[in-house]
Amino acid sequence: MKFTTSWLKEHLDTDASLTEIVDKLTMIGLEVENVEDKASLLKPFVIASVVSAEKHPNADRLRVCMVDTGDGKPVQVVCGAPNARAGMKGVFSAPGTFIPGKNITVTVGTIRGVESRGMLCSAAELLISDDHDGIIELPADAPVGKSYADYAGTAEPVIEINLTPNRSDCTGVNGIARDLGAANIGAFKDRTVKPVKGTFPCPVKVTLDFGKTPPLCPAFGLRLVKGVKNGPSPEWLQKRLTAIGLRPINALVDITNFITFDRGRPLHVFDAAKVHGHLTVRRAKKGETLLALDGKTYALDESICVIADEKSVESLAGIMGGEASGCSETTTDVLIESALWEPLNIAQTGRKLGIQSDARYRFERGVDPAFMLPGLDLATQMVMELCGGQASETVVAGEVKMRDRVVDFPLSELERLTGLKVPLPDVRRLLEKLGFFAAGQGERVKVAVPSWRGDVEGKADIVEEIVRIMGLDRVKPTPFDRGADAFKPVLTPIQVRTRKAKRALAARGMVEAVTWSFISKREAEMFGGGAAELALANPIAAELSDMRPSLIAGLVAAAQRNADRSLPDVALFEVGQIFKGDKPEDQLIAATGVRRALAKSTGIGRHWSNGGAGVDVFDAKADALAVLTAAGAPAQSMQVVPGGPAWFHPGRSGTIQICPQNVLGHFGELHPRTLEALDAEGPLVAFEVILDKIPEAKAKVTRAKPVLELSAFQPVERDFAFVVASDVKAGDIVRAAQSADRKLVSNVTVFDVYEGKNIEAGKKSIAIAVTIQPREKTMTDQEIEALGAKIIAEVTKKTGGALRA
Amino acid sequence: MSNIAQLEKELLGAIAAAKDEAALEAVRVSALGKSGSVSALLKTLGAMTPDERKTQGAAINGLKDRVTAELAARKDALKGSALDTRLATETIDVTLPVREAPAEAGRIHPITQVIDELTAIFANMGFAVAEGPDIETDDYNFTKLNFPEGHPAREMHDTFYFPPKPDGSRMLLRTHTSPVQVRTMLGQKPPIRVIIPGRTYRSDSDQTHTPMFHQVEGLVIDKGSHLGHLKWILEEFCKAFFEVERVNMRFRPSFFPFTEPSMEVDIQCKRDKGEVRFGEGNDWLEILGCGMVHPNVLKNCGLDPDEYQGFAWGMGIDRIAMLKYGMPDLRPFFEADVRWLSHYGFRPLDFPTLAGGLSA
Repeated sequence: MKFTTSWLKEHLDTDASLTEIVDKLTMIGLEVENVEDKASLLKPFVIASVVSAEKHPNADRLRVCMVDTGDGKPVQVVCGAPNARAGMKGVFSAPGTFIPGKNITVTVGTIRGVESRGMLCSAAELLISDDHDGIIELPADAPVGKSYADYAGTAEPVIEINLTPNRSDCTGVNGIARDLGAANIGAFKDRTVKPVKGTFPCPVKVTLDFGKTPPLCPAFGLRLVKGVKNGPSPEWLQKRLTAIGLRPINALVDITNFITFDRGRPLHVFDAAKVHGHLTVRRAKKGETLLALDGKTYALDESICVIADEKSVESLAGIMGGEASGCSETTTDVLIESALWEPLNIAQTGRKLGIQSDARYRFERGVDPAFMLPGLDLATQMVMELCGGQASETVVAGEVKMRDRVVDFPLSELERLTGLKVPLPDVRRLLEKLGFFAAGQGERVKVAVPSWRGDVEGKADIVEEIVRIMGLDRVKPTPFDRGADAFKPVLTPIQVRTRKAKRALAARGMVEAVTWSFISKREAEMFGGGAAELALANPIAAELSDMRPSLIAGLVAAAQRNADRSLPDVALFEVGQIFKGDKPEDQLIAATGVRRALAKSTGIGRHWSNGGAGVDVFDAKADALAVLTAAGAPAQSMQVVPGGPAWFHPGRSGTIQICPQNVLGHFGELHPRTLEALDAEGPLVAFEVILDKIPEAKAKVTRAKPVLELSAFQPVERDFAFVVASDVKAGDIVRAAQSADRKLVSNVTVFDVYEGKNIEAGKKSIAIAVTIQPREKTMTDQEIEALGAKIIAEVTKKTGGALRA
Repeated sequence: MSNIAQLEKELLGAIAAAKDEAALEAVRVSALGKSGSVSALLKTLGAMTPDERKTQGAAINGLKDRVTAELAARKDALKGSALDTRLATETIDVTLPVREAPAEAGRIHPITQVIDELTAIFANMGFAVAEGPDIETDDYNFTKLNFPEGHPAREMHDTFYFPPKPDGSRMLLRTHTSPVQVRTMLGQKPPIRVIIPGRTYRSDSDQTHTPMFHQVEGLVIDKGSHLGHLKWILEEFCKAFFEVERVNMRFRPSFFPFTEPSMEVDIQCKRDKGEVRFGEGNDWLEILGCGMVHPNVLKNCGLDPDEYQGFAWGMGIDRIAMLKYGMPDLRPFFEADVRWLSHYGFRPLDFPTLAGGLSA
């Protein structure tokens, strides 16, 4: 919403400065987005007349003009505008002038061999409008040599308000003035419209015809003014419109645009001569079209409300008129329409047809129903003043129904919601300035809401009116009591896990990424997703179309992007949501990481200490176990079994589980086919664990740790090497050794794995170190020997191996 | 010179001349061994008269003690020089670089860090952290929050939708974290004090907008909390979060369907070469929206607006991260460029606490 201060002052008696007005507007909720001060920008532009315009000797489309800029010495200007001609008046910029619409400075130049000492400007070049179809043409009486800005009224600063969608009353300058008046920035001039009496019946009848469908037009007013003389509107009106970026068309059209901005009341004018018979307001029929005033043809359907005559659709109700019945200089009889429309339908139609118009802007927010007929009277009055003619009586189809809104308002509500105490007389005065009426004297008053404030429904709205006009700075910051349970932990178990998981992975040298929650359909399918219910109906791009079932795809892509920037060795992780379905419980938190090339858990990149070994499955396994343990998974209960989902290398991946029914996650090398499909190069290892799957720890009564048991007896360590078949799992050997005596065997580690020379083909040697912790007494050599024999027997039995000779 | 003195001179000379421990051992054996020269002298004591033995004994034993002591001293010296010689061959190049500690290389994303900072501040004021699903119903994302069907305010949200279900309803990606307010009010009895951080989505993408971003909201519902409390909380929050002594805040009336009265909040700042300083300067920077929870929202969530009241606020996590830590652009937050992450990210052990200073 744009307006100038002089326009504002038509509705507000005030001496306030621009700064005061602008500051106050923002502080009462009419946020000033921009104050455009064209005066300084347009200062160097002067009105000039074109003395002669000859064809350029070397270019068909150019003209060589002699331009009088007011000092009597015509200047030669080469001009490409199709409308440049002798005798016209336009806007001239001398060399050295900055052209805001083009971001250039005019220089003396030679165009196709002819010198040009300035420029004749288009409206677009001056940022006055989007019109760049030719240079500005000024009326014949425009004063040559004078400042164009002063002449056009663009010297005034233009205030632009970022209007919130609830304030339809401020789509008109008078509404803004009323708010400022209430906020003591001046006195609001209530310019009530006087009815204009018609002298004959309106010859055109209007029917609202929605059949059995929901009606889209509550009321429609129409009257004819006959015998008008249409032409350019007077200077003052043109200036009003050009100042806010509207292009004057002709008096009849300019009047409707003026009232749209002056009162927030959009109107439409039809050339009565071009309207065939009577008008019907109805839903469009599929297949109907309309060439609208913006020059575009729109295909219509039953969801769209139109005004039609007996031949065809003439106007898109509440949005834009039709070209065919539009008013021109030849119009002598004009039909003026002022109507009410269903805001929802206007919004939907506007969206569907892609039309942003000043009428739509107002009708979709809801106009003041009580001003439908006064708006029509105001337009009639202006038409008769500016164009002459005789007005008919008004015909009204439908009915202007006004909701009587009275809010039962206890004064205490203000204090309850804001902490502010304001005496009733002050509240009453303020509300009345806004057009409300407060009846009653006690603690509860009845507040009648004015017709233009469709947004005010209840007590809270009244409170808002009072605080916004009084000033929110009157509300004092009040310390907030943090409540009784101030020391209770506030994070849920999954929140705690998420935090710990992130820090644990970062502490392992990995870098946290945040990648999109959506990936491409192909990627989603590759990782077990791609369900129809998780595919966006309106994705922003094809590669961001489906909710991710895994974080691996996003991280692999991220790793590859880094590799493409010559950063091949990256370790990235993300802890975030994955989606198995569209229900809340289908959203899980995954902790996922990828390591690429030399980004090992022991250190990233080539280093003299390790000969440049690349990432392997054990880096991913270590990450997975570390993050699970940090997030509270029970270390003793986790099993690692070979293999994982299809996107991992079948022989170089593993699954971490509490039991086959409760899988916590997977790790491994990515399958070469997965990498290829993701357009990524390895070596690349990954893990993904689901934090929600970690069993919750049993609640403990106290925080005390279990009693520390320190044995009085020396532990004994014994080494054993077994030769087993190549496919025997080290984990099975360890478990077999542990099972020899669960009490005495306190630890088993694998310290060597060997295949090759001295070992039969198809076999391998695995060496374990077993720690034996005597519990009750020091063990004798014989006892230790016996336990050793038992360990050998268990391992041999479970794995089919033999003690290495 | 007596025999003893002569022998002592010879032996001490031999000890001093011993080049290594083997040579010294040979000297020891030649003197103190079974058939050594000093041992031989000691053996002569048995054949002596008591008087002779008295004088000779003292002399011979004195010799033995001195030779023994000298042997020990020489042995220490030889051992020491042998060690020195060995160590001289054992140097390694300590200028070789070591691996950086993993905890030095790892990074926490600024969004995580800022959420942890928010949690620290608001937990201290008695707020819990509430979360909800990203995939929401139209009812929770809009209708219950008092967005009328088809209202222009809905259009401003650029919503991502999923395909319609057989019953015509369609799920959507939440456009704000506010549906979690609804879930919280429906799920627990007041008093309610929560903050709600999370991912939000709008189908918008340009230099300053990404289709996914992060918001944090706050919600207080009880029987007495009003605008004054809201102002205090937000002022305290801004001081704590931006780690400044004071902030000047400006509350402007505004409009959100789910609050009434509604406000936008600007904070005063000075901008200087991409850096924003708070508590000084002449610029106003909008950082959040807030208001008293709309009576319709309370009703929609099963609370009587005449009994319960409260307020809510919301802001962009990415945005306040940019303001505090000076990232110039939003898009790199989601590009996972390790150069950006290493520069703007945080060390894993830099856990924000109020006790230690959020970013200390």
